[in-house]
Amino acid sequence: MSVTPPAGGGPEGGAAPSSTVASRLSTNLKLGGIIAPLLTVVLAFFVGGLVVLITGHNPFDTYKAIFEGTGLQWLFPWTTGADRTRAAINLQQTLILTTPLILVGLAVAYAFRAGLFNIGGQGQYAVGAIVAVWVGSSFAGMPHLLHVVLTMALATLAGAVWAGIAGLLRAATGANEVITTIMLNYIALWLGFYLFQLHGPLQNDTQPDVPISNDVVPSAKLHVFWGDPELQGLHIGIFIALAAAVVYWVLLNRSTKGYEARAVGFNPEAARYSGIKVGRTYVLVMGTCGGLAGLAGSMDILGWQFHLATNDLQASTIGFLGIAVALLGRNTALGTCLAALLFGALVNGTSVRNLDPAVFDPELAGNLTTIIQGLVILFVSADLLIVWLLTRGRRRRTAPATGGAGETIEVTA
Amino acid sequence: MSSSTTQRLAGALRPQRGAEPTPGERPPREWWMGVGGIVVAAVAFLITLPPFEVRSIVPSIVLTLVAVGLGAIAARAGHVRVGWGAIVLAIACLAGAYGATQSGVGHLEVVVSWGALCAAMLRYATPLTFAALGGLVSERSGVVNIALEGMMLMGAFFGAYGADKTDSWFLGLVIGVLAGMALAAVHAVWAVTLRSDQIVAGTALNFVALGLTGYLYIDTYGNQGTPDNLPAVPEVHLPTDSLGFIGDAISDLNLLVWLSLIAVVVVWVLVFRTARGLRLRSVGENPRAAETVGIGVYRTRYVAVIISGGLAALGGAFLSIGFVHSFTQNMTAGRGFIALAALIFGRWRPGGLLAATLLFGFSSALAQRLPEFSANLATLFQALPYVLTLIAVAGVVGRSTPPAADGVPYVREGK
Repeated sequence: MSVTPPAGGGPEGGAAPSSTVASRLSTNLKLGGIIAPLLTVVLAFFVGGLVVLITGHNPFDTYKAIFEGTGLQWLFPWTTGADRTRAAINLQQTLILTTPLILVGLAVAYAFRAGLFNIGGQGQYAVGAIVAVWVGSSFAGMPHLLHVVLTMALATLAGAVWAGIAGLLRAATGANEVITTIMLNYIALWLGFYLFQLHGPLQNDTQPDVPISNDVVPSAKLHVFWGDPELQGLHIGIFIALAAAVVYWVLLNRSTKGYEARAVGFNPEAARYSGIKVGRTYVLVMGTCGGLAGLAGSMDILGWQFHLATNDLQASTIGFLGIAVALLGRNTALGTCLAALLFGALVNGTSVRNLDPAVFDPELAGNLTTIIQGLVILFVSADLLIVWLLTRGRRRRTAPATGGAGETIEVTA
Repeated sequence: MSSSTTQRLAGALRPQRGAEPTPGERPPREWWMGVGGIVVAAVAFLITLPPFEVRSIVPSIVLTLVAVGLGAIAARAGHVRVGWGAIVLAIACLAGAYGATQSGVGHLEVVVSWGALCAAMLRYATPLTFAALGGLVSERSGVVNIALEGMMLMGAFFGAYGADKTDSWFLGLVIGVLAGMALAAVHAVWAVTLRSDQIVAGTALNFVALGLTGYLYIDTYGNQGTPDNLPAVPEVHLPTDSLGFIGDAISDLNLLVWLSLIAVVVVWVLVFRTARGLRLRSVGENPRAAETVGIGVYRTRYVAVIISGGLAALGGAFLSIGFVHSFTQNMTAGRGFIALAALIFGRWRPGGLLAATLLFGFSSALAQRLPEFSANLATLFQALPYVLTLIAVAGVVGRSTPPAADGVPYVREGK
């Protein structure tokens, strides 16, 4: 059986002075270094570029055009004038997408830490969005702050309940959360179709021919602090997401619940033996994850979408991107935020709005994003291979030395 | 990420209640009464449907009470699965019967046209059957294959692409199957050689397949879509007029529908009745013991996973060039996951999974016709397979036991 604990959870071996490149690299890996995730990204983009090249397009032009759509050049001081204005607008869009990705990334990451695989981020996000649009479009006279907080709280609760079903089934009957969360994704999707389809219970009051929800009333909209509110400026949700990341860090590393979750993730039997209620931990962890994903749904609804069409539900892949975000971020708070920024930028850079069709068809680019997303997950899951190869190489070289045994990474047992 | 994730897919589903008769043991009378309850419950619903069309709810209520009674007897005697199954089914059937007696005869005859309904059921079940058989072969060898969805999608796109470029449906099928096998080969490398978390790797491959087929589809066909004159897998016409509604159902089925039914038998024989199949299953149950008696665990798993990809791709190719006659992005729309559910529902056995895919196929066929009554209801009905799976996995209706080493990476001796 092979186990590489996520970053930070690895065996705390001493970082003895290393002589070879391989051993230095593996020490970095052990310390949760950034090398493996970076390699993963580079490799994924390289293979994605190969697909572009083979189908007769220029990968360099493509990636350059995508990068220009992300708005990240706003960070460079030499971007000035009209370029800077445009870059600012693009960066706002990137950060708008980063916001829910941080939250769903955390939703997947926390589950991973407890040894659960939450593929259900998409369904939890959808349920959160549905509740957010429902509450946000009702209660027109309510005070602004109260309405926003109430909507977010109910969306969080809805996501928590949705994921809690999977956690409860896992705890009570041992039903595998991979299967149950996939099923809950589809149930959430069809539930949304049912609610917002023509003549559906929550379908728009004034447009009977469009399968769409009512619009969120102004009192429930999140404040836009950067850019023009009319042109989808950046809303304050990004700070809520960053705050959630800080809370996640504290929860995971400085709280009893987080310790229990990690203990269960590391070895459920040992955790049970040491008195941790494993079943309850599963329910709490899944509930927390679902809450984060549900909150992500409300961010999008209250921040920039303001309504939900059946098409939106079908086309949304935010929850699935969360898997790649969490894995690439090695389930850490900071890593998840950075990975969310990367995928937020990628999704925004490949959007119809930002990518020049003359350079590269946005529809192709959207699929390219999906390929890269898949390759990132694939290479992260093969991360074991890298560690294994490196440590094997080192073991051979340092075999005669006696002191080496303590610092080998436990990969095979 | 925890590698125990995959192991638990295997471990989590073990049976707890052993109230079910094992093969070879004669089921006791109470068990048969539970089965009788299920039959009676079904009859209570059936009499209100064409061609019988009893317009009063009273006979159905009487039959339902009988079914509940039989179910209760079975449940009390310890046959929880059958007993509660009969009770729940009886209540559901009574609801259905009530709905049927309340709706107009004209509506009923449009929706419940048995011949058309059965034909549609078989068509909807076929892609699921192929994919679930693929899942069976893979998981019986001990590799969890959550990438069935992606493999189907590869088959669907490359089947259509191949048929278009070669102008032959047969070559289209071959190309589609090869594409599915190629994706499966990657899964095998990750699952077997690299010993990755099989669920994470499978999830990754689903995205890769989704992106790749979407990309190639847009790049090749743009917004026009696949050509209208795409070569199609032919239908088999049978002179079955004398067989009533069964004749209507099977007179014009696609070749691949028949092939899927044959595949169920072939897989059953190969996996459960041959020495080769015994080896496959032993690798899935206890790879260490299998290796000890000289069976190549890695080789067996590679072959099984690649065959699995081919079967799933055949299901996907049926969708594009046997059923819809075009390809669209993400056209499998979760059927790979439903197939996985059917596999669990069917307890990793060919007969069981066929029953499950027929059930899911029937619910799809019915959902397609339900808008006649109520569009809203029809939409909710689409969620039924997922709810059923949720219930099945939760073990309310009874547990499924996967192969013991399903999802557990195998480390060769001496490595």
